[in-house]
Amino acid sequence: MFVEIGHFALALALGVAVVQTVVPLWGVARNDPALASVGPAAAIASFLLVALSFGCLVMSYATSDFSVENVAANSHSTQPLIYKLTATWGNHEGSMLLWVLILVLFGALVALSRRSLPPKLRAGTLAAQGSVSVAFLAFTLLTSNPFRRLVPAPGEGQDLNPILQDLGLAIHPPLLYVGYVGFSITYAFAVAALIEGKIDAVWARAVRPWTLLAWTFLTLGIAMGSYWAYYELGWGGWWFWDPVENASLMPWLAGTALIHSTVVMEKRDALKVWTILLAILTFSLSLLGTFIVRSGVLTSVHSFASDPQRGLFILGILIAFIGGSLALFAWRAPLLKQGGLFAPVSRESALVVNNLFLATACATVFIGTLYPLVLEMVTGDKISVGPPFFNATFVPLLVPLLLLLPIGQTLAWKRGDLLGAAQRAQVAFGVGVVTSLVIFAFVRGGPVLAPLGIGLGVFLVVGAFWEVGERVVGRASGASAMLSRAKGLPRSAWGTALGHAGVGISVIGIAAVAWGTESIGMLKVGESLTSGRYTATLEAVTPRTGPNYREDAARFRIVADGRELKPVEAMKRIYTARAMPTTEAGIRTVGLGQAYISLGEPDASGAIAVKLHDKPLILLIWIGALVMAAGGALSLTDRRFRLAAPRRTAAPAAMPQAAE
Amino acid sequence: MTIQAGIPATPPRKRLTRKQRRLVVIASAGVVLGLAAGLVAYALRDSIVFFYGPTEVVEKGLAPGTRLRLGGLVETGSVERGANQRVNFAVTDGKTRTMVSYTGLLPDLFREGQGVVTEGVLEGPGRFRADSVLAKHDETYMPREVADALKKQGHWQPGETKPGAPAAPVTK
Repeated sequence: MFVEIGHFALALALGVAVVQTVVPLWGVARNDPALASVGPAAAIASFLLVALSFGCLVMSYATSDFSVENVAANSHSTQPLIYKLTATWGNHEGSMLLWVLILVLFGALVALSRRSLPPKLRAGTLAAQGSVSVAFLAFTLLTSNPFRRLVPAPGEGQDLNPILQDLGLAIHPPLLYVGYVGFSITYAFAVAALIEGKIDAVWARAVRPWTLLAWTFLTLGIAMGSYWAYYELGWGGWWFWDPVENASLMPWLAGTALIHSTVVMEKRDALKVWTILLAILTFSLSLLGTFIVRSGVLTSVHSFASDPQRGLFILGILIAFIGGSLALFAWRAPLLKQGGLFAPVSRESALVVNNLFLATACATVFIGTLYPLVLEMVTGDKISVGPPFFNATFVPLLVPLLLLLPIGQTLAWKRGDLLGAAQRAQVAFGVGVVTSLVIFAFVRGGPVLAPLGIGLGVFLVVGAFWEVGERVVGRASGASAMLSRAKGLPRSAWGTALGHAGVGISVIGIAAVAWGTESIGMLKVGESLTSGRYTATLEAVTPRTGPNYREDAARFRIVADGRELKPVEAMKRIYTARAMPTTEAGIRTVGLGQAYISLGEPDASGAIAVKLHDKPLILLIWIGALVMAAGGALSLTDRRFRLAAPRRTAAPAAMPQAAE
Repeated sequence: MTIQAGIPATPPRKRLTRKQRRLVVIASAGVVLGLAAGLVAYALRDSIVFFYGPTEVVEKGLAPGTRLRLGGLVETGSVERGANQRVNFAVTDGKTRTMVSYTGLLPDLFREGQGVVTEGVLEGPGRFRADSVLAKHDETYMPREVADALKKQGHWQPGETKPGAPAAPVTK
């Protein structure tokens, strides 16, 4: 019963989305405010319908209704309830429904937002957003219907892929989708601006919170996915330059460029055309990511099987939305009034440099990801482009960007003073250099890049807070004055500092990876293995039975630098329904580093293969991402996003320029 | 700069014209893009790895020392485990077999009779030293390259493990 209601609600949502797309535009064209105002109601209605539909699917998973094909293929009655629920989006059809749910949620949020958007812009945005909903609702209903019944119904399901039975993966897709799909709103705003042929600081101010929101979630989603891959897949790596990972990195890079270019547009009324293009490209890259992951055109270490039919459908969507919006851009962008001028040495120029490097870095990832596909089509040769390519292209482009970041951050708007900015950055730079030297002195030998990278990270962290620090300390006049000045600073200033510091923290964690060590050995009970600071001794191997798996748990005593830590367990599991083996790594966190143990096969003599990693400071990689996301979230709470945006003014010159 | 020729003599440090400012932006964009293009061209020449099946390795007459990805089925009964995590196995496409040696932990889904992709260096005719054996996340999944390599040799049996079996889960 739930299933039919869900299916029906989904079909109804498609109809409503068509209304949301067509009627507001028609209303704007005919100058009929009544028709133009249908958008918000339709957006909210389609959200409620899809939410109902999603709820129905969750219900059929919760009740293990194996007469539904999707449930039968991805669930099992012995699965713990939490994984029954998360199995809803642990498969193609269900995750597509989640994608659509988040898409219409954003539409509804725009409809409900109390910010006074100019009516034409709101109508256009909701219509553009509606068109995306139409495409993906149709895709779900026609090629990936999660509500298909199975006759006769099997008595038992086929279980969720065991490696997805994990809390990290349960929350990873929703976070990632909020990020991916959130950029649909900036896309919709860009399309609306092009249709209207008008774009100004009001537009930038309206778009910025949405971009920040999407970016914050995308950051969290990517970090979560990386951490999941690290602990669940048992290889101990945190980034593999895999097409599926690149698929999420590209929109993140473009989105990072976008949150910076909208600042220029909001404050200086410049970079308009570029910002519009970037908004279109960011969502296009999200769509491309969806295509890469779901069509199976690219071989990825963690690509799952998929259906070429679906790939064609998504390719159609891709061409329609990317091609359509770029054609619209080519046609309408010349009508947009050119933005203001700015001096070569200024905050806005620094942000242009930021955009230049981020966009170029994004382009290299794009080439590395799609080159194998193009080459195979042209010559038939199959190649793989792996980490060496990205280390040789992406990293050299990112390093200058990071070196310039603390300098750019202290430049003033309009007319900056390069010498002054460099002077302000020199303390941070000095701290970074000293850190590198101290590490060089203490860690003799070893990789050279680690101390340099850590120095860069420290430079970024200190540099990130320098501007805020200067504004707080200023002409120092007592602690209370400083405290009130700190409170008086806009939250976005703190958010910027935090976001940039997060980058530095991640850089430190990434640099320290070079110090990691690993060793492999065949261990019998009582034998030990040493890697870096850690020595692991196999104490016992115990067979156990879980709710839907059997496992051999190996318990290890861990000693770090002569100090005994809590013992750690690593497991080799067999999930009974699929007879699929998985490895559960044993991880002991010490400060910011980890001892990481994964198991291999036992040999004839009864010894088990054990791999022990020493991973110093590894947690900083993800902590940095969390700090970046916290910076994004803090900026979102800034006063100027909460207050109603100013009315459009005739002359851009009258825009409030320095909100700081 | 020739651009300045026709412009009345204002000292360029004081105020750049719109044209000059645009030129600065375009020039710096050109530098970064040029740098990126150079890096990409260089990296694409040196750091890509071709994928071959065992038969193709023989047909192409690849020289020992070539780095490549070798894919096919793990021949049933060929897996030998030695000391110190050393594993030897044969990768076959039904027509030709290549002996692969690898030292390290094998992925969970490495099994005899299943598809596998390994990356490493060709040591000699029919011998390959792998430094990584790629893990797949789903037991019904057949790497597309492996499926193609098998198809090429006419050893594709539909109904066994299909490439792109639609029932398998997708994530991310």
